[in-house]
Amino acid sequence: MEEYSKKLMDHFMNPRNVGEIKDADGIGEVGNPRCGDIMRIYIKVKENRITNIKFLTFGCGAAVATSSMVTELVKGKTLEEALKVTNQEVADSLDGLPPIKMHCSNLAEQALKAAIEDYRKKHTKQ
Amino acid sequence: MDIYFDNSATTQINKEVLEEMMPYLTDIYGNPSSIYSLGRRAKKGIDLARKRIASSLNCNINEIFFTNSGTESDNWAIKGVALANKKRGRHIITTSIEHHAVLNTCKYLETEGFEVTYLPVKKNGVVDIDSLKKEIREDTVLISVMYANNEIGTIQPIKEIAKITHEKGIYFHTDAVQAVGNIEIDLKDLDVDLLTYSGHKINGPKGIGVLYIKQGTKITNLLHGGEQEKGKRAGTENVPGIIGIGKATELATEGIKQKAIYLENLRDKCINGIMENIPDTILNGDPVNRLPGNINVCFKYIEGESILLMLDQLGIAASSGSACTSASLEPSHVLLAIGLPHEIAHGSLRLSFSKENNEKEIEYLLTVLPNIVENLRRMSPLK
Repeated sequence: MEEYSKKLMDHFMNPRNVGEIKDADGIGEVGNPRCGDIMRIYIKVKENRITNIKFLTFGCGAAVATSSMVTELVKGKTLEEALKVTNQEVADSLDGLPPIKMHCSNLAEQALKAAIEDYRKKHTKQ
Repeated sequence: MDIYFDNSATTQINKEVLEEMMPYLTDIYGNPSSIYSLGRRAKKGIDLARKRIASSLNCNINEIFFTNSGTESDNWAIKGVALANKKRGRHIITTSIEHHAVLNTCKYLETEGFEVTYLPVKKNGVVDIDSLKKEIREDTVLISVMYANNEIGTIQPIKEIAKITHEKGIYFHTDAVQAVGNIEIDLKDLDVDLLTYSGHKINGPKGIGVLYIKQGTKITNLLHGGEQEKGKRAGTENVPGIIGIGKATELATEGIKQKAIYLENLRDKCINGIMENIPDTILNGDPVNRLPGNINVCFKYIEGESILLMLDQLGIAASSGSACTSASLEPSHVLLAIGLPHEIAHGSLRLSFSKENNEKEIEYLLTVLPNIVENLRRMSPLK
């Protein structure tokens, strides 16, 4: 099988920001257990900035590493900046992904977007 | 520590086997079809290998044919019998847990006007004999059932199935890639028509397989060309490979009972250790009726590739039926066939032992595996 990069393995073996945020302002979950990938991202938002972010992931090494990386990339960013993070950027930050694992970086991007959407839904004044 | 627990994937070549092969990779390079001494010496080597195999498996030497892999043997057995007997009928029966070499060959034949029935298996992975009997039709020409499953290790009642198929005048093929060297095989007693196995699963070289074809079996060629293998399988012989599989078969079938006891002991110790120390774990396959060195378990809430990567970091090689170890998103067809839901099938771990493994290695695995599972579960949104 194609080898994972050193950076990816580091994010898999020592994932950053694992866990739940009990009083999260937004939660996004994508993937499904049939396909063997589920990502759930929790965000805490203060003055339009992501002040805290955590994730839980069921999936392969690439799924865990992309989750970890996306949380690192957007922590401290404004929501608009965070929404600009692409799956390619997540993959590049891990020094690349094997082609068959690119869908994992899609999931990471989508989970983050879902969390921000959830936050906006809950916090938009009707 | 380097621990190899993936002997169902492939095995390390035995030193004795390699030593016997070396002269045929160097000095004895003649073409076995040539008339001069160098060719005749190569031919003699092939004859010796065939003799060793025939005596190890109890069959006639003219019933052993060399191919380049287990996959080729499966392809030849199924396509060869189906095509040679298509005037009699175009129906084939196999099981839903076969290796892809059998399944995809059958799927190909479906595109060529054959009908294939894929038998379900019971929860323990054993073929349901009653449903097999029910599916036999007037136009059934071939039944193919694997001897022992490569993933969950379940052993099928091959002798019983052979008897049923022969009462109906149907050819019977078994893929015995995982069985040879693990289960005692006496072809005269077993009475199958065709049997497949390969060299690299029994401490022999890669790139060499065997198809046993019982005398009188109506089968067409897969490869056309020269007159090698009595005109049944063209192509200059892989002489070193043939020497290798000959010696490997002899060694693998020697003392097979003691070897099985040794492996069963390792296996059961490991299964007990896993089941006692890791909650929410399912043992797949049959607890008793399984290959002596096979373990297949599912850890709920986590995914197989992650387990393999963490084991690899600790120097342990193993495998999984998880989709993430392949290009598709579907988990193992075998685990789905025994009724596991997708999300559980994704969390499988297969360990397959050889006589080179020992209790110390099992103990090491049992000290690290519970932590790996716990760490991954801590990360899981399913729990």
